[in-house]
Amino acid sequence: MKNILEYLEQTVRRSPYKIAVTDGESGMTFREIYDQARAIGSWLHKAGISGKSVAVLLGRQPKTIAAFLGAIYAGSYYVPLDTEMPPYRIKQILASLEPGALICDEKTGDLAKDLACERHVVSYDQAAFGVIREEDLARIRQRQLDIDPIYVVFTSGSTGVPKGVVGCHRSVIDYIEELAPVLKCDEETVFGNQTPLFFDACLKEILPTMKYGACMYLIPRHLFSFPVRLVEYLNRNRINTLCWVVSALTMVSAAGTFERIRPRFLRTVAFASEVFPIRHLKAWQRAAPGARFLNFYGPTETTGICCYYEVDRVFADNETLPIGGPFPNTEILLLDPEGRPVEPGQQGEIYIRGTRLTLGYYREPERNDQVFVQNPLNSLYPEKVYRTGDLAKYNDRGELVFLSRTDDQIKHMGHRIELGEIEAAANGQPGVESACCVYDAEKKRLTLFYTGKAEPWLLGGKLKERLPKYMMPQNLQRMKEMPRTANGKVDRAGLKQLALRLGRKGD
Amino acid sequence: MDTLLKILWELHPDINFTEDTRLLEEGGLDSFDIVTLVSEIEDAFGAVIRAQDLIPENFQTPKTLLALIRRLRED
Repeated sequence: MKNILEYLEQTVRRSPYKIAVTDGESGMTFREIYDQARAIGSWLHKAGISGKSVAVLLGRQPKTIAAFLGAIYAGSYYVPLDTEMPPYRIKQILASLEPGALICDEKTGDLAKDLACERHVVSYDQAAFGVIREEDLARIRQRQLDIDPIYVVFTSGSTGVPKGVVGCHRSVIDYIEELAPVLKCDEETVFGNQTPLFFDACLKEILPTMKYGACMYLIPRHLFSFPVRLVEYLNRNRINTLCWVVSALTMVSAAGTFERIRPRFLRTVAFASEVFPIRHLKAWQRAAPGARFLNFYGPTETTGICCYYEVDRVFADNETLPIGGPFPNTEILLLDPEGRPVEPGQQGEIYIRGTRLTLGYYREPERNDQVFVQNPLNSLYPEKVYRTGDLAKYNDRGELVFLSRTDDQIKHMGHRIELGEIEAAANGQPGVESACCVYDAEKKRLTLFYTGKAEPWLLGGKLKERLPKYMMPQNLQRMKEMPRTANGKVDRAGLKQLALRLGRKGD
Repeated sequence: MDTLLKILWELHPDINFTEDTRLLEEGGLDSFDIVTLVSEIEDAFGAVIRAQDLIPENFQTPKTLLALIRRLRED
């Protein structure tokens, strides 16, 4: 197998009329996805876009997935865009991308025309219900290699510009082949998708759905505000497999939801992106005693999850769940700052080795050289490994335990954020002289300290035009002077303490 | 009501909240906001919002939200 489209093509022969993706009200069968994706592929090819990037601005709905696959049918690669991101940030992404086409629908059409020049804007319906040109598609397929890109997803960048990570067929196939058995996927699997379609996290659900002929529910976003309704939705649709960010799971368990209602069909509950507090894990285990619980770890740069731990014992409330160990065909190296293996039990930086490495960052040669590096343990022949910036150690049982970051990247409400991006957005505003953003992980609050003449409320409004909602600081603090350390750097640790004190004051 | 409107305004300074603003549609309140809102309400009013209270009906407008807060404080 060398092309991810083969997953869909095998399944459409077995179960053409089964619903593949639905939001609970309207859905698409495998056949509909197959036909519409091929029509989109034919249209894009005819328009001369093969080989170029295809931006997808469609929001959270089944046809978004058909558009992704359509781009791949065209021999292109898709770039999912968050329709709610500030236009300024989408423009930053499009400027770096120069896409061959931007697919939109009636809801996003105006936004699309505002973002890109008219000749690049394609309406979904126009492309998806056009002619399927089998011969063109066959020729494209013949030329496709498994190292060809299939997507670019943009994640927070520390310099203030989002960075794109490029995944290819080979990395994704390796990922799915190892991940799906761990999730125990089969055609009975019913995924309840929580993660946005504009990140790579949803590959965990989209591709196993295509591979096994399973089913994927795109859970309406507003339900994540209303936990009882959310669990009712899971039960009504017999959803049995969840791959959610931790904050979505704790939102349910924190509200005391399980005293009112319990999920009835769960078989597998996987969670990622942050540390799952043990007392919440226990609440979920009591509510869904028949389910397996999996702690996932892995960066976008290596396609997705690369380590997992299946909860197999009882933890004390103050313990941390391990991230376990790597999937087959992936190796974790734990190295010291000189690139040597650490002693057992010592902290080291995680380096990832394996086919699942993505192709790297889009148009970022320097950044690629910094993190996609020669394996420090191999001086004999070229071999790239990914240097994560994550610190971890092995516990007494030989399981990996995540400790912290080597830089200012944080996880906030399931989103990966470079504090530097928030600071760069603030520094770009008139009336801001210097800015430093810190994160209180316990209260889940971002605080931006700054100096300059800008009023906090005015600055807040400006930042909203630049930053996605999940990056907006909850608290803006104007300072007379930035505290500095002895060597002149902004005293980030001191500001973090100050933010903690400010956060606790209101209690 | 003023305290509640102030909390809402701090969440969304760009919106001119009145007691009849439709929070989910006009106010653009999403799940991030509701988590923040619930903890702010607990701090400001001493009212504990439970799972069964977290339903769209209670979050329609500042008015329905205040009615919920009053009910909870009486309990």
